[in-house]
Amino acid sequence: MNLIRRRAATTGKTTTLIGLILSWLLLTGCSEQPWNSPYPATEQQQNILYQSFEERPKHLDPARSYSSVEWTFIEQIYEAPLQYHFLKRPYELISRTATSVPVPQYIDAEGNPLPHEVDPSKVAFSLYDIHLQPGILYQPHPAFAKNPQGEFLYHELSDAELEEIEALDDFKVTDSRPLSASDYVYQIKRLAHPSIHSPIFGLMSEYIVGLDDLGKRLHEAQEQIRTGDNPDAFLDLREFELEGVEVVSDTHYRVKIKGVYPQFQYWLAMPFFAAVPWEADRFYAQPGLVEKNIVMNWYPVGTGPYMLTVNNPNKEMILEKNPNFRGETYPEEGEAGDKAAGYLQDAGKTMPFIDRVVFKLEKETIPYWNKFLQGYYDTSGIASDSFDQAIQVGSGGEVQLTEQMQEKGIQLLTAVAPSVFYMGFNMLDPVVGGDAEQARLLRRAIAIAVDYEEYISIFLNGRGLAAQSPLPPGIFGYREGESGINPYVYDWVDGKPHRKSIEEAKALLEQAGYPSGRDAATGKPLVLNFDTTGAGPDSKAQRDWLVKQFKKLDIQLVIRATDYNRFQEKMLNGTAQLFQWGWNADYPDPENFMFLLYGPNGKVNYRGENAANYHSPEFDALFERMKNMDNGPDRQLLIDNMIELLRKDSPWLFGFNPKAFSLHHSWYKNAKPNLMSRNTLKYKRIEPVERNEKRNLWNQPVIWPIVAFVMLLIALVWPAVAGYRRHERASAHGGKS
Amino acid sequence: MWAYIIRRILYAFPILLGVNLITFVLFFIVNSPDDMARMQLGMKRVTPEAIESWKQERGYDKPLVYNAEASGSDALTQTIFFEKSAKLFVFDFGSSDSGRDIGADIKQRMFPSLALAVPTLIIGMLVYITFSGILAFFRGTYLDLSGVVLCVILMSISGLFYIIGGQYLVGKILHLVPISGYDSGWSALKFVALPVIIGVVGSIGGSSRFYRTIFLEEMNRDYVRTARAKGVAENLVMLRHVLRNSMIPILTNVVTALPLLFMGSLVMESFFGIPGLGSYTIEAIQNQDFAIVRSMVFLGSALYILGLIMTDISYTLADPRVRLS
Repeated sequence: MNLIRRRAATTGKTTTLIGLILSWLLLTGCSEQPWNSPYPATEQQQNILYQSFEERPKHLDPARSYSSVEWTFIEQIYEAPLQYHFLKRPYELISRTATSVPVPQYIDAEGNPLPHEVDPSKVAFSLYDIHLQPGILYQPHPAFAKNPQGEFLYHELSDAELEEIEALDDFKVTDSRPLSASDYVYQIKRLAHPSIHSPIFGLMSEYIVGLDDLGKRLHEAQEQIRTGDNPDAFLDLREFELEGVEVVSDTHYRVKIKGVYPQFQYWLAMPFFAAVPWEADRFYAQPGLVEKNIVMNWYPVGTGPYMLTVNNPNKEMILEKNPNFRGETYPEEGEAGDKAAGYLQDAGKTMPFIDRVVFKLEKETIPYWNKFLQGYYDTSGIASDSFDQAIQVGSGGEVQLTEQMQEKGIQLLTAVAPSVFYMGFNMLDPVVGGDAEQARLLRRAIAIAVDYEEYISIFLNGRGLAAQSPLPPGIFGYREGESGINPYVYDWVDGKPHRKSIEEAKALLEQAGYPSGRDAATGKPLVLNFDTTGAGPDSKAQRDWLVKQFKKLDIQLVIRATDYNRFQEKMLNGTAQLFQWGWNADYPDPENFMFLLYGPNGKVNYRGENAANYHSPEFDALFERMKNMDNGPDRQLLIDNMIELLRKDSPWLFGFNPKAFSLHHSWYKNAKPNLMSRNTLKYKRIEPVERNEKRNLWNQPVIWPIVAFVMLLIALVWPAVAGYRRHERASAHGGKS
Repeated sequence: MWAYIIRRILYAFPILLGVNLITFVLFFIVNSPDDMARMQLGMKRVTPEAIESWKQERGYDKPLVYNAEASGSDALTQTIFFEKSAKLFVFDFGSSDSGRDIGADIKQRMFPSLALAVPTLIIGMLVYITFSGILAFFRGTYLDLSGVVLCVILMSISGLFYIIGGQYLVGKILHLVPISGYDSGWSALKFVALPVIIGVVGSIGGSSRFYRTIFLEEMNRDYVRTARAKGVAENLVMLRHVLRNSMIPILTNVVTALPLLFMGSLVMESFFGIPGLGSYTIEAIQNQDFAIVRSMVFLGSALYILGLIMTDISYTLADPRVRLS
């Protein structure tokens, strides 16, 4: 009887369990969204863009942030007075919160105005008058909230109030206020704040009148606070004057620059010069909020199209439409071909188009890529692991999507990045450096031998262009075609550049005093050292390839792989001989690349960005003239001369300009790449209904393997269980009980 | 017992100091304060003045372990080591080198780690004990043999293979769960299901073989033979006698691991995008954030010591013959 009861109970439990499992399967199966969707079911039809970020941002403070990852977020929130046109190429500055792009007024030391065409050496100062559009409002934020008496509600939080605060959402009241010219001035002062460590403070101190002095005064003031009774007291920048920056009216401010610095306009399109309300700085400076990581560096406050509503850099960052955004309109003109490509379909419509942008942290490329293929990310780059799955390269080098991608309606966009990855010679090195003809010929021989076309083909899957000068395509001064090739390395054959033969390189090497790779004087083999940060097994193939390139000239290359810190140290001390480095443009101006070879920027002597320590008085003089000129034939001529000097002296192997490949689904619109600007989310549009249909189609759950596995398991175990039960029922004499 | 616990806690201080010193030395052999400043200030346009200012603000402008310019005890206290280490002993972790409060970050990231680690431990223990119990129960049969072979195969496969293979098969091909990601509350279930299964399956080989050996050892003892001779059913012999007497080695495994559940899984969290403390530590190492690295190493060491003390205590509960003195 007991046995029967026990069996019945066991059967009952099993039935309940199966019932529960079936219910769960039915419930999830009845859900309208696929089981593998990483998003809540309520979001599936919503106008939400899904993106990812690979590395958590370190700073979201516009005075401090200086990386593309961080700018992807803050450029949607903070607004600089200027921006780049979304569609036009070459890149063109247009107004953002300003009414127009400011034209500098030149003045002499006495303050007398000078004509725009004046000799730059006669200009003492440049005045930039920036006029703002009226009626721009900040996003709703507790920093602006006031009580009926007009006092700020949350600027002096008590311990009791702080106890209830864990996130910014916990503040019940928010408010806004109009954008003022003083907010831009306040942010310029923040560049000099000793605790913010703005990366451009040093550079801007050279140009903005009084900024350096402000930095010193702020440092002293902060020291006084730090050693005083209240070390957490707020350092109010409004109390400090900055000589070179003036608030003329609520919608007008003026910046006074030393001499001529035309590139300042480009800086006015970067977050460093965005508007920051003092109220936010004051609010976030409260120690109780700092302890909870509610700080200016993490919670931006701006006037832009989006505001950051979820800030969990360990998991996700969510931008939502700023309800107070003034509403810009989509551009009505672009470059040739934009209309045919569908980039003008939204011309004149009010932006932003997308309600919410969800950025998910994805550190590993494999899950990220698979989620893109499943439709859970709207756009994707192409990692080398998935390149063959996405792209096929034709016999003529043309790239196209594989059939699998085409079937899914995925589209490919390519653009050459405004970047250069070069191999530099340390010009202070006695063997490869210096101005001696012998060293110059040696460098040129190496420039021929290192075959960057092969490098791009092997290691970049064709995603790059062999560079002919420091200037990448799209930057003024870059020349296409035969006139643009480096004649010391290439010949123009059949309408394209053709690398000179290795015999020519060997001949140069012999002239340099190293016949067959040996020092003609001593007979010793020529041994060169290459410093790189690629120390891991992943970079071994590249290191071996490089050794092989030098071997063509019988030069022995010793790879000194190290971590980035030691590499930096070697570069600062000038102990590297050959090295590889890169530069990504801050702005689309040749000055931003040529300064990497300007003598007074030498890394060893001046701690600048000229890592090769190249110093040519002729080049420096040309650079000083070129940097202050407007684009035009005269400037082109100077650039041509500078490039010719560089090709002749060969302080760099110009390396390559990377080509960015990006993929997007068919429901993602206005995808035109703009590699100078990060504030482009407002232009993007998606078709959520199409996306939802395709997601459902691509992600139907497959259950039969699970059922088969369970059946197999039962089939394997059952004989043993049956055997045990027989054994348990057997009597001592072998009969059944 | 209390005297024993207090003595063990006091022993912990020199151990933690030693761990802290080793972490400090290892970290600063590889990174200098200048490197840390450069990492935090970015790669472009970093001036020597900015580096000095950053170091000064965060106290990295002082000597590492001995201040020759100071006198008396200041020679030891006016150093990076003392200033950065002393507060750890009251669990004040301070701010990371990027300026975030570490305590707040740990509180936030602890729960995702636990959401992954606790089910993996509980389900894992149930599966390993059951599976190894079955193997021991059917010892010498085809089931035992094939089980042991399976365990050896599972042990021979790299952990990364389980992760990538699991994501490919379950997430990409079968579309049963999201490939990666995390959400809070009950929504976390569908995200942690796959990593938990992979975590359990990945350890099934080693753990089951270990427990099987323990069970077999117990099953050959006299008291088991006596129980069988008395006519006790085989399943009862296993559950009431063998399992109970196998608890000490099992407890050693489990209780030591309990506090470390907070620390998260370095690889699993990274691959599945789970924002726990494991990925927090990895990121800190990558970003050369000494403040976080030292805090996490300190916390890990303290929790490990706690785990060992808890294990000792648990012995007394599992086996009344054990006395702590």
